[in-house]
Order: sequence, then structure tokens, then C-alpha cells
Amino acid sequence: MDRFVWTSGLLEINETLVIQQRGVRIYDGEEKECCMAILLSQIVFIEEQAAGIGKSAKIVVHLHPPPSNKEPGPFQSSKNSYIKLSFKEHGQIEFYRRLSEEMTQRRWENMPVSQSLQTNRGPQPGRIRAVGIVGIERKLEEKRKETDKNISEAFEDLSKLMVKAKEMVELSKSIANKIKDKQGDITEDETIRFKSYLLSMGIANPVTRETYGSGTQYHMQLAKQLAGILQGPLEERGGIMSLTEVYCLVNRARGMELLSPEDLVNACKMLEALKLPLRLRVFDSGVMVIELQSHKEEEMVASALETVSEKGSLTSEEFAKLVGMSVLLAKERLLLAEKMGHLCRDDSVEGLRFYPNLFMTQS
Amino acid sequence: MAMSFEWPWQYRFPPFFTLQPNVDTRQKQLAAWCSLVLSFCRLHKQSSMTVMEAQESPLFNNVKLQRKLPVESIQVVLEELRKKGNLEWLDKNKSSFLIMWRRPEEWGKLIYQWVSRSGQNNSVFTLYELTNGEDTEDEALQPCPAHHSRWAKLEASSESKLPD
Repeated sequence: MDRFVWTSGLLEINETLVIQQRGVRIYDGEEKECCMAILLSQIVFIEEQAAGIGKSAKIVVHLHPPPSNKEPGPFQSSKNSYIKLSFKEHGQIEFYRRLSEEMTQRRWENMPVSQSLQTNRGPQPGRIRAVGIVGIERKLEEKRKETDKNISEAFEDLSKLMVKAKEMVELSKSIANKIKDKQGDITEDETIRFKSYLLSMGIANPVTRETYGSGTQYHMQLAKQLAGILQGPLEERGGIMSLTEVYCLVNRARGMELLSPEDLVNACKMLEALKLPLRLRVFDSGVMVIELQSHKEEEMVASALETVSEKGSLTSEEFAKLVGMSVLLAKERLLLAEKMGHLCRDDSVEGLRFYPNLFMTQS
Repeated sequence: MAMSFEWPWQYRFPPFFTLQPNVDTRQKQLAAWCSLVLSFCRLHKQSSMTVMEAQESPLFNNVKLQRKLPVESIQVVLEELRKKGNLEWLDKNKSSFLIMWRRPEEWGKLIYQWVSRSGQNNSVFTLYELTNGEDTEDEALQPCPAHHSRWAKLEASSESKLPD
């Protein structure tokens, strides 16, 4: 197969990586070959060959005859005008797709520089170039190398930072434990100083797990952020949302750096203390919701009673449907109404229904 | 004087057959149950019952409404009646009970009043006379099951108003 040329394997300036696929074997015609490059411009067309028993899937690449100014390659001449790429480790579908796309787009025809490969490495017999272009090319190459270096260095710093951060966390954990154990031996002053360092780093109070009383910077900031994010959605949903809905909403909005349920709960616990316009409320059943401060669940109970009275009796599902609430919150509202004595329950095999509390209002 | 039994409005109210979790509501509910049990037993002249009977009796089982008071709740109602003095357990297992739709002391009072009115203080009566005599016919002393009378007499005499 004489259409191949030797290459360094790195991308040149006017080349972009379309797709990389391991384990692709190149056949010269029917014969098996080894690694090298081939210009896309050399490709006439490509076709797929499905896998068979004992045979991998292949892409057949039909090629133009070699151009006269072609770089040296492994073979000077070959009787075949096509090669086969055998995908030993699969990936042929995507490879074929990308290659077809490239064949359609023919990006190489738009390249400002000539189609032939770069000359920066090694001697190129028979090739003459104007100095100006070479100079420009060299500059571009250097710039690319510089960028490459910067990126690698930046990542180096990041990995170093990660290592250091791990050390810091270990250190603070061990000191925190020491404080916990030797509660009497360290002076109060030191303890306070150390605790303030920890607090500023966003690490929770080491002595107790109950952090929401004293709070941490992180949770405080988070609480403020939540108040901003949730204002709109809460108003849309009638001023009340279950904490699970909030969790989904917030994490979807964040996209990255998702919140853990614990962080969310701790942040929500601080909402009221920070005098934000939302608050966390826990119903008797344990269900947690976020309400707008302006939302008065007790007042909603009065309207719930009206709705139930109109219909005679309602289950949570029926009520939820009528009012347009989630069943969970609907149930909580009906339970609250029962607690306040406005409704009573009928619990049977037919399910749980709520009636206006006639025990109190009648006879 | 047979009365057709008139069920109270609660009997047709499904929540009546579910023990209410709200304390205030429950109080009203239990009060209604107690008076229903007593008037039912009085009309049907039923002075004792087993818990099994009670479960299936129309008293706790409203077939038309398709609701019945579950046995744990029946126990709660019976306990209420006992606390009020209207019920006595006949056995240790609490499987059968005595229903007194008038408490013994109420009977005692009534007997005493009747006796006073008929001017028969300091004379002796038999139980039979007391419960079946002409004079007592239209009085509230009827119907008065025998063992109630026994209790009532004891009560009345313990107040040292009637000779034994």
C-alpha cells in the first residue's frame, strides 16, 4: 500500500482530531499491515463490511492513486487501490460515521496551507517553500506548543493542590479529634482560635455534630442562595414545596457541584434564623416542606374545609386533584385540618376519607 | 311500650366507625357511642353481651353503610362505659359484660323516690313487687332487670334510706 506516509503522530496546525479508535488493524488489500497515516484527500469513498464469525467488522477505504509529490511511506508501490481497517476492539460504527462526515465536509479543501503534511520534522527532499510561509508556520507551531505547556502546568498545579488539600483535611481532622479527646487539656483560648480557623475554612464544629445552631459559613451562604433560587418556583406552586421537590429543583438548576441532601437540610434549617423570606417546616408525620414566610398553611386549612364540605367527603388524592397540589402536600393539609378539629376521618377498606367534623358542629 | 329504635345521626356518618385521632373529636365520638350503646341495650332489653356478639350486632355493625367499628375500638367504647359505671366485666378475660343502662345509684334514687311517693317507707317489698307491681308500671322503674334491682336495693339501703 503505497499511499501511506510516515508521520510523527501529533496533530499538525491545520489538523483537528476527528476521532480516535484503538485496535484498528489496517489491511493492504487483503493483507494485514501496521501503523501509519493516510491523507483524507486520498480517499475516494468508504464502505462498511459487517463482522462475521471469527472476523471483526471492517471499513473498506478506497483510495486515489498516489500523488507524485507524496512523502515517503512504508511501501513504494502496491497493487491494491483500497485498504481495510479492521476494528478488533469495535468502535467501527462511530468511526465510520465520523469518517463519512469528514468525507462530506471535505474540510481539507478549505485549508489555507497546502494539503501536504508539515515540513518541520526531518529533511524533505524535493520540496521548496517560501521563507515567509515557513516563518508563519513556525510561529503558529510555537504558539501551539506554548499553549500546550501552559495547560499541562495548570493541571500540574491542580493535582498538587489536590494533594495539599488532602493533607490539610487530614491534619484538621486529627486536630479536631485531639480536641474532642482532650477537652480539658487545651486552653480555651486555643480552642476558640482553632475553631474559628476551622469555621473560616468551612469545616463543621468538631466537638458536636449539631451544626445548624452555630451554622457554618457554607450553609449560611447556601441558605441565602436557596432563598434566591426558590422564591419564583414557590410562588408558582402556591407558596409551599416538599423538600424532595426542592432538592430536585436546585440540583437540576445547578447542573454541576450538586448538593447533598444533608447540606440542603442544614442550609434550610438556617433559613428562619437568617430572616430569609422562606422557612423550613416539619409536619407531625415527619414530612419536610419549604414555605414562603407569607404562606399561612393554617389559612389554607379553612379553604380546604370548604372544598371538602362542598364535596361531602374527599380522599387525599381527590383533594390533590381538585386543588392542583401534590398528593403528599394535599395529605398534609388535610391532616392539619383534622388536627385543628375541622375535619374528621373515615378509615376503612375503601381508603382514608376526610369529612367535615360534624361531631363538633352538630348536636 | 315498645319503641322503634331510632338510630342517631352519627350512626349514618361513616367517620363514626373510625376511632378519631383528634382528642376533642374523639371525646364527642365516644360520648355518642356510649349513649347509643345504652339506649340500644335498653330498648332491646339486653343487659349482658359478649364481645363477639357485640361485633356482629347491628349496634357496632352498620351493614347498610358498610362500616363496622373495629374490635379494638369497641374495647375503647366499653372501657369508657365501664369508667362511667354503666358496664361491668363478667369475666377476667373481658369477653362478656353486663350493661347497666341506668347506673346502680340511679336506680337506687329512683326506687327511693318511688317508695317515698307511694308512701310506703318502712315497709318491706319483694323484688317482684318492685319490678312488676301495678304501681310501678308506668314509672321509670320499668323495665328493671332483676339483677339491677339487686344492685339498686343494695345501693338504696346503703344510703340507709330503705330497710333491707
